Amino acid sequence: MAFSVEEIREKTRKITEPWRERNGGLIPILQAVQAQLGYLPQEALETISRELKIPPSEIYGVATFYAQFHLKPRGRHVVRVCRGTACHVRGSLKILEKVKNLIGVGENETTEDLRFTIEPVACLGACGLAPVMMVDTQTFGRLVPDMVKGILDKFE
Amino acid sequence: MTIFRSHVLICGGTGCTSSGAAEVIGSFKQELARRKLDGEVLVVPTGCHGMCEMGPIVVVYPEGTFYCKVTANDVPEIVEEHIYKGRPVQRLMYEGSGDMPALPHYKDIPFYGKQHRIALANCGYINPENIDEYIARGGYEALGKAITSMTPAQVIDEVKTSGLRGRGGGGFPTGLKWSFCAAAGGEKKYVICNADEGDPGAFMDRSILEGDPHSVIEGMMLGAYAMGADEGYIYCRAEYPLAIERLKQAITAAEGYGLLGDSIMNSSFSFHLHIKEGAGAFVCGEETALMGSIEGRRGMPRPRPPFPANSGLWGYPTNINNVETWANVPQIISNGGEWYASMGTEKSKGTKVFALTGKVKHTGLVEVPMGITLREIVFDIGGGILNDKKFKAVQIGGPSGGCLTEEHLDTPVSYESLTALGAIMGSGGLVVMDEDNCMVDVAKFFLEFTQKESCGKCVPCREGTKHMLLLLEKITEGKGTMEDLDTLEELAHMVRDMSLCGLGQTAPNPVLTTLRYFREEYIAHIRDKRCPAGACTALLRYTILQDVCKKCGICAKNCPVHCIPGDRNSGYRIETDKCIRCGTCFEKCPFGAIEKK
Ligand SMILES: Cc1cc2nc3c(=O)[nH]c(=O)nc-3n(C[C@H](O)[C@H](O)[C@H](O)COP(=O)(O)O)c2cc1C
Ligand code: SF4
Ligand code: SF4
Ligand code: FES
Ligand code: FES
Repeated sequence: MAFSVEEIREKTRKITEPWRERNGGLIPILQAVQAQLGYLPQEALETISRELKIPPSEIYGVATFYAQFHLKPRGRHVVRVCRGTACHVRGSLKILEKVKNLIGVGENETTEDLRFTIEPVACLGACGLAPVMMVDTQTFGRLVPDMVKGILDKFE
Repeated sequence: MTIFRSHVLICGGTGCTSSGAAEVIGSFKQELARRKLDGEVLVVPTGCHGMCEMGPIVVVYPEGTFYCKVTANDVPEIVEEHIYKGRPVQRLMYEGSGDMPALPHYKDIPFYGKQHRIALANCGYINPENIDEYIARGGYEALGKAITSMTPAQVIDEVKTSGLRGRGGGGFPTGLKWSFCAAAGGEKKYVICNADEGDPGAFMDRSILEGDPHSVIEGMMLGAYAMGADEGYIYCRAEYPLAIERLKQAITAAEGYGLLGDSIMNSSFSFHLHIKEGAGAFVCGEETALMGSIEGRRGMPRPRPPFPANSGLWGYPTNINNVETWANVPQIISNGGEWYASMGTEKSKGTKVFALTGKVKHTGLVEVPMGITLREIVFDIGGGILNDKKFKAVQIGGPSGGCLTEEHLDTPVSYESLTALGAIMGSGGLVVMDEDNCMVDVAKFFLEFTQKESCGKCVPCREGTKHMLLLLEKITEGKGTMEDLDTLEELAHMVRDMSLCGLGQTAPNPVLTTLRYFREEYIAHIRDKRCPAGACTALLRYTILQDVCKKCGICAKNCPVHCIPGDRNSGYRIETDKCIRCGTCFEKCPFGAIEKK
C-alpha cells in the first residue's frame, strides 16, 4: 500500500476540504488521513498545514501527543498486546515477551518485511478474558505464552 | 408486529465476540431457519451481561435459561432439545459450586444474586441496535415527562434529591454541578459525555455504550433540557469501535423518531448530538484536556477556575459528566430522586458498577448498591480467589487508586470510606490480587503507566513520576536502600501536592498505599534481596530440588540459553550465573522439582 506524493497530497486535500471554514477539525482530519494511508506521511502534514493555515509545528505537536497517530509506515498486521492492570496481574508481560521474541522486534517497532507491528496498549476492554491480545481486529483472550505462535502464524 | 413464542438472547459484547459469539449467532439463525422455526423464535444480539469470562452467553426466554461458553457446535443441540422439545440442555448451564446442581436461571447464580442493576438495567436484555426495544422498556419516557410536565429547575431538583454523584472518578454531586451550569448566562451551552474510559482495567462505560446507548443519549438530553444546552458531544476512545458504531446508529434512530434534533416532541427544546473519537491519551479523560482535544489541540489540562460551567468548550458554559452518570439520569427522572436515594449510604447514594478483574474466579461487570462490602463483592459475587490461592489485596480506582488489604474487606464501599483508606472510588476498577502478585511490582506497574501518560505540562508530575519510577525499578532489581524508601515517600507527597491536574495529584496513590499497607514487602526487596511473591524477575533464583527431580531432562531441553547441563544418570543442575530467569523450566517440569525463590 504505497502512495505517490501526489496521491498523498490529493487524498489529504479531499479530507481537509470540509473543515476549512470550521473549528476543531485537526484531529478528525489526522484520523481520516491515517485511516486511508495507514500512517501520517510528512507530505500529508504539510498539506494540512497549508490548507488549514496552521503552523506545521502545531500539527506535529498534536500528531506526536496522541498515541493513536503514527508518523512511520506500519506493518500489515498490528499486534496489540494488552498491558492493562487486569492483564498485568494475569501475566501479560510474558505474552508480550513471547510476541517480541517470535516476531523479533521491540515495542512500537515494525518488522522489515512490514508483516508485523507490535504495540502494547493499555486495556482492550475485554478484561474478563485477561490476558488479551488483538491482531488487527481479532481479539484473543485467556492466553498462555504457548498459544502465541499459533495465533501469529495465521497472519501472513 | 409478529409475536414470537421464544427469544434467544445472544451476547454480542466485546468479550463474547472475541470468544466466538458471532459464529453462535450465525449458527442459531441457520439452524432455526433450517427447522422452519424462524417465524416463531427470534434471535436477539444483546450487549454485555457482565459475565464475559463465561462467554459466549446465551439466554433463552420466556424460561430465562442461562447458558454459558456456548460454541457454534452446541447450537443444534439447544435448538433440537430446548426449543423444539422443551428440554433445557443441562450440560451448558452455569455450574453451581460444590454439590449444587446446574443453575438454569439468571437470578439463581450468585454472581447476579447481590447485584442491583440500574445503569446496566437494559444491558443484555435488549438489542442495542433497535430503538423500539429501548422504548418498549420505558425508554424516552423520562424525556417526555420532563419536557411536558417539568420545568428545567424541577429536573435539577430531582437529580439533587437523588444524591447522584459523578461516576467518572471525582464523585462531585451531579445536581449541584448542573445548577452551576444552569445559572451561567449566555445563549449557547454544551453538554459533554466523557467516554474516554482511561483506567486500564475498567470497561463499564464501554459496556453501557455498547449494550444500551440510548440510556446515555436520553440522560444527556435531560441534562441539556435542565441546563439550557442545545448541543452535545460524546467523547469516546477510538479503541472502542463497536461503541462508536452503536452510538452513531442510536443517534440516527433517535433523529428518525424526532427524539433528537429541532423542536423535540413539538416543544421549543432542540438538541443536536455529535460524536468525537479520542486519539489515545489518558490525560484526555480530564475534563479541561478533553475539551482541548475536541477543539483540536493537544489534550493538556489547564488550571481551574474558570470552571467549565462558566467557560468550557470554545469558551461557552459546558457541563461534562461520565457515561455511567448520564445513564442513571433517565431512571431518576422516571422513578423520582427519592427512589434512587433510598439505596446506598448516607452520602453515597444509589448503585455503582465495578469491573471485577484479576485473580477472582468470576471476573466481570457487577452493579451493586453503595455500602456493600468489598468482601461481598470479591467473595460472594466474584466467587473468591482463582485456584483457591490466598487473597492478598484489591486495587481500587485504577492508576489513581490504591491497594487495600484483607483487613479492609469488611469496609462498606462509599466515596468517603475509600478515600479515608487512601484509595478512591475512581471509575470502579477492582483488581484482585493473590499471593503471587508482588505489591512493589504493582506500584511500579501503575507508575510506569502514569509516567508515560503524564502530559508533561507541569514539572512535579513530569519529573517526579520519573524519579519515583527509577527508585521503584532500583528496588525491584534488588539495588534499593532504606533511604530510597524515604525519598520515595517524600517525592510521592511532593507530586501529590504540587501537580496541576488529577493525574499528577493521584499518581502517587498506588505507591503511598502499598508503602502504608505492604511496607515489609518493600523491605524484603531491599534488605533480603528477595521478592516474597516471586514476581520480580531480577531477584528470582531457580534451583532444581534434587530429591524431587526424576532426571527426565525436560527442563534442560527447554531452557532457551542452555544453562541446565547434566544427563539422565547424573541428574541436572542450573548454572545460576547464565540463567536469564525466564521461568520456562519451572513451567515445563512435570514433577514440580524446580524451585523459584
Ligand atoms: C487524569 C484524569 C483522567 C480522567 N479520566 C476520566 C475518564 O476516563 N472518564 C471519566 O468519565 N472521567 C475521567 N476523569 C474525570 C473528569 O475530569 C471529570 O471529572 C468527569 O468526567 C466528570 O464527570 P462526573 O461528574 O460524571 O464524574 C479524569 C480525570 C483525570 C484527572
Ligand atoms: S499533573 Fe501531569 S498530567 Fe496533569 S497537567 Fe501536570 S504534567 Fe500534565
Ligand atoms: S529459568 Fe529459564 S534460563 Fe533459567 S534455567 Fe530455567 S529455563 Fe533456563
Ligand atoms: S486490562 Fe487487558 S483488556 Fe482490560
Ligand atoms: S461481553 Fe458477553 S457477557 Fe460481557
